[in-house]
Amino acid sequence: MTELNQERWAIEATGLAKHFGENRAVDGVDLKVKKGTIYGVLGPNGAGKTTTIRMLTTLLKPDGGTARVLGYDIVKDADQVRQRISLTGQFASLDEDLSGMENMVMIGRLLGFSRKDAKKRAEELLTAFDLFEAAKRQVKNYSGGMRRRLDIAASIIVSPELLFLDEPTTGLDPRSRNQVWDIIRLLVKAGTTVLLTTQYLDEADQLADRIAVIDHGKVIAEGTSGELKASVGTGKLHVRVFDPEIRAKAAEVLEQTIQTEVQLGTDPLVLTAQVSDTKLVSKALLAFEDANIAITDFSLGQPSLDEVFLTLTGKPADDQTKEEAAE
Amino acid sequence: MSKVNQAEAIEKALSNRARPKKASALSTCLTFSGRMLLKIKYVPEQLFDITAFPVIYLLMFTYLFGGAIAGSTAAYLQFVLPGILVMTVVMITMYTGIELNNDIKKGIFDRFRTLPIWNPSVLVGALMVDLVRYSIASTIMLVLGYILGFRADGGFGGIVLGLLILLLFAFSVSWIWTTLSMIMRSEKSLLAVSMMILFPTTFVSNVFVAPETMPSWLEAFVDVNPISYLVRAVRGFMEGTPDYQAVAWVSVISLGLIVIFGPLTMYLYKRK
Ligand SMILES: Nc1ncnc2c1ncn2[C@@H]1O[C@H](COP(=O)(O)OP(=O)(O)OP(=O)(O)O)[C@@H](O)[C@H]1O
Ligand SMILES: [Mg+2]
Repeated sequence: MTELNQERWAIEATGLAKHFGENRAVDGVDLKVKKGTIYGVLGPNGAGKTTTIRMLTTLLKPDGGTARVLGYDIVKDADQVRQRISLTGQFASLDEDLSGMENMVMIGRLLGFSRKDAKKRAEELLTAFDLFEAAKRQVKNYSGGMRRRLDIAASIIVSPELLFLDEPTTGLDPRSRNQVWDIIRLLVKAGTTVLLTTQYLDEADQLADRIAVIDHGKVIAEGTSGELKASVGTGKLHVRVFDPEIRAKAAEVLEQTIQTEVQLGTDPLVLTAQVSDTKLVSKALLAFEDANIAITDFSLGQPSLDEVFLTLTGKPADDQTKEEAAE
Repeated sequence: MSKVNQAEAIEKALSNRARPKKASALSTCLTFSGRMLLKIKYVPEQLFDITAFPVIYLLMFTYLFGGAIAGSTAAYLQFVLPGILVMTVVMITMYTGIELNNDIKKGIFDRFRTLPIWNPSVLVGALMVDLVRYSIASTIMLVLGYILGFRADGGFGGIVLGLLILLLFAFSVSWIWTTLSMIMRSEKSLLAVSMMILFPTTFVSNVFVAPETMPSWLEAFVDVNPISYLVRAVRGFMEGTPDYQAVAWVSVISLGLIVIFGPLTMYLYKRK
């Protein structure tokens, strides 16, 4: 039964490292991803997300550390790993010159389907992903959202046990983003394990069972989104009053109900406060009503990635490229 | 499609967990060949080099040198056509590397490399389509040559054998370009290096003139130049006087190139 126990983990990485010259792109990453879950890797530009994925998908040999994917070593058993995983890269892993259908049939054939079966499977997936109309068009003429969906469709022609998605929603509009989220949730429901990278905390929050925050090639925090947020605080309450005259009064009322310091924004209508208990926030709304204070906006913002980083590292998330340019 | 329907369709598509048997190496090579043919379908201008080069080269060299070297263009054509055929096809092989150098930067290669397939099939498939391109170029040149008065004493069989040995060599040489295309970062530098190798080796050979007319130090180089062996082999078959020694050498050189540059290409491909 030890065999089965081992199989609980889709990914087990210890001390994974990759250096490009002096640049320690990935500098000792430990990851444990349980089967059947969504795992989010959260980090700013240049944090090492793509490099980590490229090692786990056998595209890059690590300079240090080891990793087992679905029980197979990523270096020694690369072939076994490849048979069980799929990758949707950060930049479309599709042939731009070919049509959507031609891409799907080609990949189906490479996976061992007969021409007829590859075509059938392609039609099934293209229809499901709302791409059938565009199937005959060259991929270079697709919109960003269509490209992403096709990319994911191509990754599940043979349902993989483990799917890697590198920034699946970067650059998508909210509607396309929601479509991709829905698809990811359905994938996991159907039994696939997903590892995705993202730059957005709310995306990781929405989808991932567990999250690793990485920066400068190191995991700086790991846990469920609840655990991470608890360490950061729930977020920022943002109130906009109707009339600047009543802002002082509103601040007083708010301070009393949520029992934390309230900041007055530079905008004469705006009040903000860092809150940790969401129950108090709903009370504040009632308190405004009782005090007859007219407000035009009342929202509780998720802590941004910047706030998470600020709390975890004591400095804001920075773009490494900017930093490098400055050096 | 409504949202609910779509969710259902996706779930249905996902529930289909059919896992076909691993594709054979031959089948994946053919699929990659198909990919290259589709690209030609979308951009037929790609065929320009293989149609224009044979015509330009044959006309240019026959009429430029014919009178001076052999006294008459008719006699020169008879001598020079197999040589120009070799030169043209070997020149065209260079485009294999350039195409690959461009192609490999694209995201689709990440997907290819994570598929459980016989890795070299990406390249072998592309080279198989290139063999078709070389054959088209050769056919165009031979037809034009026939119109201009070229007659092969070796007959149709001689022409076919000549083409086969030429294609074998072209396929092998292509692996040099695939290796270089993995090393070179830009298309421009790749083109420069390829030209630097190809120009001297094709011109300083027996393509245009018989080596006996050259100074002895040059003759020595021409005699060991692999292109010279290839020209002797092709000329021999087409003239009906097969030069088996040259054929043997060309075969050995070709296999040598594949054995060295094939694995080298794959080694570099995997690390890229
Ligand atoms: N092939 C390479 N050669 C040299 N340096 C590289 C290479 N690939 C990545 N790097 C460097 O490694 C670091 C991590 O890059 P990586 O692409 O993994 O970041 P990322 O988290 O995916 O960023 P992004 O959000 O921008 O995609 C960066 O500093 C990058 O410049
Ligand atoms: Mg990246």
